Amino acid sequence: MARKTLRSPTTEAPLARYALMAAAFLFLALFLILPLVAVFIEAFRKGPGEFFASLGDPDTLAAIRLTLLVAVIAVPLNLVFGVAAAWAIAKFEFKGKAFLTTLIDLPFSVSPVISGLVYVLLFGAGSVLGPWLKSHGIEILFAVPGIVLATVFVTFPFVARELIPLMQEQGTGDEEAALSLGASGWQTFWYVTLPNIKWGLLYGVLLCNARAMGEFGAVSVVSGHIRGLTNTMPLHVEILYNEYNFVAAFAVASLLAALALVTLVVKTALELHYGAEIAAGRKH
Amino acid sequence: MTTSAAASGRWRLRQPSVIPGFGLTLGFSLAYLTLIILIPLAGLVWRSASLSGEEFLAILSDERTIKALEVSFGTAFVAALINVVFGVLVAWVIVRYEFPGRRIVDAIVDLPFALPTAVAGIALAALYAPNGWVGQLLNLVGIKAAFNPTGIVIALVFIGLPFVVRTVQPIMEEIDREVEEAAATLGANRFQTIRRVLLPGLAPAILTGFALAFARGVGEYGSVIFIAGNIPYVSEIAPLLIVIRLEEFNYGAATAIATIMLCLSFAMLLVINLIQTWNRRRYGHGA
Repeated sequence: MARKTLRSPTTEAPLARYALMAAAFLFLALFLILPLVAVFIEAFRKGPGEFFASLGDPDTLAAIRLTLLVAVIAVPLNLVFGVAAAWAIAKFEFKGKAFLTTLIDLPFSVSPVISGLVYVLLFGAGSVLGPWLKSHGIEILFAVPGIVLATVFVTFPFVARELIPLMQEQGTGDEEAALSLGASGWQTFWYVTLPNIKWGLLYGVLLCNARAMGEFGAVSVVSGHIRGLTNTMPLHVEILYNEYNFVAAFAVASLLAALALVTLVVKTALELHYGAEIAAGRKH
Repeated sequence: MTTSAAASGRWRLRQPSVIPGFGLTLGFSLAYLTLIILIPLAGLVWRSASLSGEEFLAILSDERTIKALEVSFGTAFVAALINVVFGVLVAWVIVRYEFPGRRIVDAIVDLPFALPTAVAGIALAALYAPNGWVGQLLNLVGIKAAFNPTGIVIALVFIGLPFVVRTVQPIMEEIDREVEEAAATLGANRFQTIRRVLLPGLAPAILTGFALAFARGVGEYGSVIFIAGNIPYVSEIAPLLIVIRLEEFNYGAATAIATIMLCLSFAMLLVINLIQTWNRRRYGHGA
């Protein structure tokens, strides 16, 4: 920086630069950093003893188990769909492709509450299916299947929308080479395509999982809020908070916040090391 | 012998390819999409169509419904405007300035994507309530920042920020410095260069970011309900009113409000797509 005295014509005066940076940092501190810090401070307000005691509560443990269970079902479902949809869309030219891509993004433009509502209308007491399900003793609403369905709905596009642009960019050359050398379709997928897309796939799964574990609105509508049975972690946070049990609410919230932080760290690491292999990752 | 004639003469679903698995993957994708997304959404439309016109209008002209929609769309609009200003500023600082911890700042912008909305909701409520850290300070200057529409705007600013930053940032990174140099050599001062040279190029991306943040804000639920106070006619958002109607087993009203929100969201989506198409045609790349 020998030319420090000569200001480049394509940047601002130092004073303006510092003012802009200060404004940006103040804004980020007020809206992003402080809320995150507040979660952990409120969780430990009465000391680590109280923190761990509230996490050891049986209802809290049940909520943690349910959240893990829902993610374990919902994420692989959307993973399989994402890979299949990306294969069809990226490796072939067919009519209606653009329309299909738009449909996949649909859940992003639907309010979470509406995502839950559609399943209430489909399986609820007043629906066509409702009485039949009841007479056969099948519980979907206010039970785990409903929570899984709502979660699958809101996390539907994550894997697909990471993979589609990535696989489109990679083209079909590698696969054609493998096939011409005598590999079967499955072999081509396992040994050629999958290694090419693994980081992008991991990236999509990561985002999908964060949303699956943290979803609130859609799950809230279909869960029925039965303590210890149909309460996921975010719903449990709400119940504890509304009972003025702030330490416990923030203790559960701090676990979710820690998950978010881990997600961000892994995401950033993936972008740093495999930027080219998750090319579409920066777009949302 | 007839393959080329058949290919050009007949309508076909897809172009020929040696790669296998088209039927399997497309079939599975379509089946899954239909089961998880299309049938449930069609159920909503069907249910809403079974309401008579008068019923539908009665629900939508209900004072409380109108107020809730006004609150949702009004606060989302204000929050998206705030996010445009600060989102562009944050993107500019990240793209143009060198400072320690730049990567961390860049990463933290995605926090609202990763942090569950309920967690954000209780954290913001604790912070901006009259006895919270920030709320106390704002109280001193006479601003009440929670349990009213201002609180809703704060929550929606949190939720919407990454949408603006992440749409504007890639376009900013692509800006050719020579354009700015040209403007400077032609005698423009820095402010004129930004206003007349840089901003017009960024405008479509900014507009897209605004629309995305706005659309997300309209439907947002989890982060808002803790800080809003949820006073009917004042700070009750439309998604919350849907939940309340559902809890009253008033499925008709819930469906009607959901339908009108969906229609408005799809109109937004259409506008976004039009902006992007227009943008691509004009600048040769998408926002």
